[in-house]
Amino acid sequence: MRGLDLDYMAGLVPVILGYVPKTMAMASVAMVLALLLAALLAIVRVLKLPVIDQFVAVFISFFRGTPLLVQLFLFYYGLPQLMPTLSKIDGVTAAIIGLTLHFSAYMAESIRAAILGVDRSQWEAAESIGMTRAQMLRRIILPQAARIAAPTLMNYYIDVIKSTSLAFTLGVTEMMGAAQKEAAGSFLYLEAFLVVAVIYWLLVEALSFVQRALERNMQKAFAR
Amino acid sequence: MTTDCHISIAGLTKRFGTNTVLNDINLNLTPGERVAIIGPSGTGKSTLLRCLNFLDRPDAARITIGDLSVDAASATRAEILALRRRTGFVFQNYALFANKTARQNITEGLVTVRGWSRSKADARADEVLASIGLTDKADSYPAALSGGQQQRIGIGRAMALDGDLLLFDEPTSALDPEWVGEVLDLIRQIADGRQTMLIVTHEMQFAREIADRVVFMEGGRIVEQGPPAQIFDAPEDERTRAFLRRVTAGNGNAEG
Repeated sequence: MRGLDLDYMAGLVPVILGYVPKTMAMASVAMVLALLLAALLAIVRVLKLPVIDQFVAVFISFFRGTPLLVQLFLFYYGLPQLMPTLSKIDGVTAAIIGLTLHFSAYMAESIRAAILGVDRSQWEAAESIGMTRAQMLRRIILPQAARIAAPTLMNYYIDVIKSTSLAFTLGVTEMMGAAQKEAAGSFLYLEAFLVVAVIYWLLVEALSFVQRALERNMQKAFAR
Repeated sequence: MTTDCHISIAGLTKRFGTNTVLNDINLNLTPGERVAIIGPSGTGKSTLLRCLNFLDRPDAARITIGDLSVDAASATRAEILALRRRTGFVFQNYALFANKTARQNITEGLVTVRGWSRSKADARADEVLASIGLTDKADSYPAALSGGQQQRIGIGRAMALDGDLLLFDEPTSALDPEWVGEVLDLIRQIADGRQTMLIVTHEMQFAREIADRVVFMEGGRIVEQGPPAQIFDAPEDERTRAFLRRVTAGNGNAEG
């Protein structure tokens, strides 16, 4: 057994760090889109809008019921067979779409639970002053639901960041893809994957720190 | 404020499943009239108020406020909104918007529903806050207010919208005894302004003081109604007498 090639690892760190912005950009775009979609899906479910509600239920069931990797392959390699225009989509776009759909299904369920967690009296008070349903949701219910859902949604963001590593299977060179390429050239797999693992870990730890600070801050609000 | 808006409730019936909670209720209010509803718990008093602005949808009713007349059987969403915009509702548990300050609770309906400018709504809210004596709490969130303060804001929120009818659903029942007085004082002040109001209450002495007319309900029906002196001192129906005996035998609390 030989020791780790520390010099190689030290040299690899800046290379992988160079891909952090790309990973974070993919994750953040997917997160924002997924949040918007999830909020819409959750509202459809809470209001039990006829017909659409059934579609949304099936959508959520599918994207929670199948692995993300399978979904990504289905979009990137499978769908162009049906719709040839899709073959022009690059790996980054496909990964963002896949992550968005996948995580929107999970987050829709969290947001739905959070909306249902807002006290019944808040809906009634909003009704009593003559608000429309859209006004109630936007002004009263969603702001309170956001507070309830925030910790869970932050966890999903962390999950999205880690899941971007699957984009390398679509030929995208992000942190994981870069590590893979480096390892393939040097045959130093352990070193390369160790470096990428530690960088993911530090990234997530930094975010968890921010998350805890935000949560402390949120507990303070509404109690002035 | 005085409105010249007649209010009529005709044939109001509400069922929960097979249980008929309100059975053919008919009630008219003249402009500026203050009507108190009393009766045993579980007799449909709160449900009656909640049916008037469709928080609970009546199975049958024609509700008329001035020139607006809504039939429960065919009520559209627009008609229900219109009805709610002409009534103010004060909840037993205050139901202040938890994500809004005291002032924002008052301005919310003015800005979002009425379409007022922020500055006009703020000016109106400051007037209301002054009249309910909570100017210094304008920027407090509900969680930082006492029950009595929250209920006064709840009343202010309903007042600010200047509806033709104010509905009070047991406004002091959830309060610690120490806060009941300040809330009753505020309602008395509003009643003195001849605001048309319908108030469900367990505070018999209070009902006697502020009401022009007292309605006694039992089993989902109006049993007897009349001026406070008649209902409290010379009730005609045996059920009214039995209820008042029970209430006065206790400490003024009609639960049971």
